[in-house]
Formats: sequence, C-alpha cells, structure tokens
Amino acid sequence: MSGPSTYEPKSAIERWLDSRLPIIRFGADLMSFPTPRNLNYWYTFGGILTFCLGVQIVTGIVLAMHYDPSGAGAFISVEQHIMRDVNYGWLIRGLHANGASMFFLAVYLHILRGIYYGSYKAPREVLWLLGCVIYVLMMMTAFMGYVLPWGQMSFWGAKVITNLLGAFPVIGKPITTLLWGGFAVDDPTLNRFFSLHYLLPFVIAAVVGLHIWALHVPGNNNPTGVNVKSKEDTLAFHPYYTVKDGFAITVFMIMFALFVFYLPESFVKTDNYIPANPLVTPAHIVPEWYLLPFYAILRAIPDKLTGVLALAGAIVMVFLLPWLDRSKVRSMRYRPTARIYFFFWILACLALGWCGGQEPQGHVIPGLIGPTFIDYDINSVTWLSRIGAIYYFTYFLIITPLLGMLEKPLPVPDSLYTPVLGHGAAAPAGAVAAPEKEG
Amino acid sequence: MMRGLSFLAACAAVLCAAAPAFADSTQLAPKDVHWSFEGPFGTYDQAQLQRGYKVYREVCSSCHSMNMVAFRNLGDKGAPFWNPKYPNPNDNPVVKAIAADYQIPDIDSETGEPIKRPGTSADYFPNPFPNPVAARAANGGALPPDMSLLAHAREGGPAYIYSIVTGDSSTAPAGLTVPDGKYYDPYIAGDLTSYWKGRGPAPRGGFIAMPPPLVEGRVQFDDGTTSTVEHEARDVAAFLEWASDPKMEERKQLGLAVMIFLLLYSGLVYGAYRRVWRGVAH
Repeated sequence: MSGPSTYEPKSAIERWLDSRLPIIRFGADLMSFPTPRNLNYWYTFGGILTFCLGVQIVTGIVLAMHYDPSGAGAFISVEQHIMRDVNYGWLIRGLHANGASMFFLAVYLHILRGIYYGSYKAPREVLWLLGCVIYVLMMMTAFMGYVLPWGQMSFWGAKVITNLLGAFPVIGKPITTLLWGGFAVDDPTLNRFFSLHYLLPFVIAAVVGLHIWALHVPGNNNPTGVNVKSKEDTLAFHPYYTVKDGFAITVFMIMFALFVFYLPESFVKTDNYIPANPLVTPAHIVPEWYLLPFYAILRAIPDKLTGVLALAGAIVMVFLLPWLDRSKVRSMRYRPTARIYFFFWILACLALGWCGGQEPQGHVIPGLIGPTFIDYDINSVTWLSRIGAIYYFTYFLIITPLLGMLEKPLPVPDSLYTPVLGHGAAAPAGAVAAPEKEG
Repeated sequence: MMRGLSFLAACAAVLCAAAPAFADSTQLAPKDVHWSFEGPFGTYDQAQLQRGYKVYREVCSSCHSMNMVAFRNLGDKGAPFWNPKYPNPNDNPVVKAIAADYQIPDIDSETGEPIKRPGTSADYFPNPFPNPVAARAANGGALPPDMSLLAHAREGGPAYIYSIVTGDSSTAPAGLTVPDGKYYDPYIAGDLTSYWKGRGPAPRGGFIAMPPPLVEGRVQFDDGTTSTVEHEARDVAAFLEWASDPKMEERKQLGLAVMIFLLLYSGLVYGAYRRVWRGVAH
C-alpha cells in the first residue's frame, strides 16, 4: 500500500499482470509488510475485529434471506422462522446477535490499547480518526440491528434513541420525522432501519480498508512508542503476525463459541421476547451494554438537549484525542502519571456502564439514604453517573492536555529493540502493562 | 501464557461490568427449582415434557395460545414426542393423533365457506380465541400471553412460571384489598401500596388476572406420576421451556463438538506460533 515494494514477478504471466493490474504485488506487499517485532497480544485486536466484521457480514447476509422487515412479520420471521424452521437458523442468529457484543468487546479493547500506547499521535492522526469513524458507524449499525427483531426492547429502544434527536431546536422534529418515515416508530421506520443496517456494514468495510491503508503509511506503532529505525526492528507480517493474530483469533473464538452455544441469551433482555407493542411501555428501557456508558452520561444531565450534547461530546472527545494530548512520549509505559489517570478513566467508563443499566433513582450503596441534591439522592445512580461523566470529560479536556506539559516521563529507550533484548527491563507493572512480560 | 491469561481476564472484566443486574425488590425472587436441562450437558427429560404437554393441553390451552409451535414440532429431535423411528415428525403417529384432536379453522376448497377441519401435523396450535378482544372479554380485561416464548420472555424463566402457578394466590395477606377478578401473587411484579391497609410496609408482589390454574388431580398423568400441583407446575414449566428453546439439545451437542475442535485447533496454532517465533527476539 505504501513504501518500497519487495515483490519480484517470477513468471511471464505475473510480469504481464504486474504491468497491468499489480494485484499480486499488492497482496505480496501486505504479507511482507515490515511490522515491529515487539507487538504484544493487545495488538491482535485488529485481526480479531476483521474476523468479527466478516462473521457479521456473512451471517447477516444469510439472515436477511429469511427476515421479513414488516411490523407484522419481523418478530415471527426471527423467532418462529429463523429460530425454529431454518436449518441452523438458531446458530446463524446466535452468531450474529452475540457477534455484535463480541465485536464491541474487541473494539473497546482495541481502542484502549490505542490510547495506552499513544497510537493516535503523529503521524497516525488520520488512522485514529478513521478508527473513530468506524466506531460511530458500528454503533449506528448495532442500534439499527437491535431494532430488527421488533420485540418490546427493540421498539422502545428505537423510540427512546430517535426521540433524542427531537431535543434539537428547529431541526429536531423534521429529522425525527424523516428517520421514522412518519410520526411514530412504525413499519416505515423498521424498513429503513433494515435497509441501512444492510448498507452500513459495507461502508464499515470500506472505511476499514482506508484504516488499514492509513496504518500502512506510517506503519504500526508498538508498545514502546519508539519509531522503527532500522530493518532489525521489524519482521515480515507473514508468517510472524499472521500466526500470532491467528492464535489470538482462535482464543477469541473459544469465548465467542461459549456464548453462542451455552449462554446464547446473556446479552438479550427478556422483554425482547415479547412482540413490539406501542401501547405497553416496558418497566426498564435499557440499551445494549456497549451503549450504556453514553446512556448514563445522557441521563446524568437534567436538561434533555444538554444531555444529548454531552452524549455526542463524549464521542467527540475520542476524535479530538490526538490534539488534546500534547505529550511527546507516545507510550504510557514511560508515562507513570498518565497511566494512573488513564486507569481511573477506565474505571469511570465501567462505572458509567453500570449506571446506564440501573434505574436512575436506584441506590449505589443499598439501603443508604443520603441528602437530595439537584433532584437526586447523593447516593443515587444518577449522582455516580454525574461524577463519572465529570471525570470522563475532565480526563480529556484538562488532565490530558496538562499532563503533556507537566508530567516527567521515564527515559524512553533509543530503539524499540533495546527493551526487547533486555527482556522487558523497562516494562512497568500493572494490569494493562502485564502483557509485555515474557510468556 | 501470562499474556493470554491477562488478555482473557480483561475480556472477562469488560463482560462482567457489561451485564447489568436489576435488583427487583417489588416481588419475591422465583423459587429455586432444579431442572434436567440446566448446565452445559443438561437435556430435556422427555417423560417430563410429555406430562407438561398434557398439562398445557388440558389446562393452559383453554386460554393461552402457542402460535409459534406447530404440531410437527412435537415430534422433532429433543421434543416431547420425538421417536427415532420417525425421523420425519410428520410420520409420527402420536403427532398425527394430537393434531387430529384439534379443530383448525379453514375454508372449504369448493365453496370458500369458513369450516373447521381436523388438524394435520403441518398446522400450528390454533388460538383459543378468535382475536385479542375476545380473549380479553373472556378474561376480565386481561390478555393471556402467548406461550411460545413465555419461558424466555420473563425474568427467571421456567422457575418464574413454576412460582406463579404454585404461588398460593388464594391466601392474600390480611389487610390487602384484592380487586374483583384479580388474585394476589407474591412472584408478580407490582406495587401494592394503594391496596394495603395492614401494618408495616405493603407486601411484595402484585395482582394477576389468572385464577390459580392447577389443582391436585386435575391432570391424570399416563405414566403414573401423582398429579400434585407441584408436579403439574414443574412439568408444564419444563414443557414451556422446551417450547421457547426447542433447539437446546442440538445447540449443546454441536457446541461440545465445536469447543473440542477449537481447543485442539488453538493448541495447534499455538504450537505453530511457538515454532515460527523460535529464536526470534521480541
């Protein structure tokens, strides 16, 4: 994709093709791409995510052959036809529905790895932005996919989320009407969501192509964050990283299979086994787990429009990260202070995720009733969400820029090969840092 | 291997944080029941499914539909009347007899007049009521839910169904005003504060429009099992779990093969990985 090519056409036909469409050269260069030799298992999620996207597209195409995107037929086509009558329909649907959760699990770990090792810093800003675009597209696709079975949670989830756009003045209402295809969530909504749910994965695949292209221009970052300086620092992608990614994908598949075959409903709310009914509101309307932190941020703010803006802002923060972080050191291996704030940020995200699944007035410490402040008990889920949200934004807008100026990083090795030879002499302790220990 | 372990631990941590648990204190938690289909190797107890079907046929089906289940499904693998002699369930004489026992609305192919004809194995369980309005009218305004997915559509699953039908709803606590046509059940979600005149906080539970459906001896089991309320309830709950998840046995069997394959395969890939990276500093 970039850099000097090492491919030599060997036969007459290869030479003939190479001067017309160098597609073999393209593949050969992908395989021989010089990759830093010190990538650890956190760097296997790119491969895992490609696998996830493939699974979703293949199973999704088959499901679409059996699915009926109509208010009267959607629930039956999924729960009766696909789950009971289509050969291995239960398996294809199980892979697709659980696959979405696996996809998000992998993308979150991929993003955390990117933040920890500073993979967003120059010259990889475009790579990072494309990744953020993929993530937003994934959320849109997953949300619309969740609507398709047309159960109670599908219907009410669609209603709550689309209603958020109505919070915007002037443009809010027309946008919602356009999205619904009418004045309520109904058949036209389901139809257009199905159409877009089929379209967006191919858009994702295209942006993944750009993401890989943008990766192959500067090359991979690595756990030290030190630039590749010589040929000795790298190994050919194949066989070294095909086999390493291959092993990680296999381990990931074991966990995936555990859910598909033994816990197929762990991510499904019981209400979604009840057909959509616009007249009956479920007791708890909760989005899927991967959207819960954002849902908690939304509910933490009393004003609806501000809440929607905060939700959007939380995603914008991730886009802006390359320009918020002014530190010259890429990897948090050599940024002990930044590391601490980063781990607290992960905690804040997990706490927000937990809050998103609870009732807003629920108590964090059971049985303890505190004073009420801004509409809610101090010991309520809403207040924990508020604290989490404040830290979330503080981390991006204040802590990250300040640390770049104030912190004193540890000495960075001269080359990525130095700590490799010293067997992780400079490796710090800590949960995320553990993988660089030799194993 | 440490890398792999911490990698798995991180995956597990995200998933644990992801599973939102709802602390529901408005009703009692379902009774603790042990089922033959629990665990990775659990299977349905066919005799229990057959008894459960009889309870459904003789008690539940007078009000509750089961739209997504066809008669032929009763003869599928893992189903109540599966018989290896009839790999095609449409040939199964028990299934045919059950189907023929039902009258299915149809039209006369000559005149187009609406008629009723005996069911065939391809037919689905017919609705007990012609439409939801009729169903409500006959049940004091409440709509009896369809039973095809009931065991999955309720928190607690079959244990919840078992608890609802065995919860002694005839004995509401003194001080609770039970509205006409309603029955108190401690396992139903609800808020009884406005109906409570007794001392202390209102009892947990809610109201249900269904009268206690099971009585001792109501269903005569063909295999000689004594028909206590407890047995009837347990068997019909197991049957409804089958109705919600008819492919469970197939899923677990295939799952076992897949897991064994993946474990062996990952061992192989790990070996390849060690071999490729042998002597390479990284």
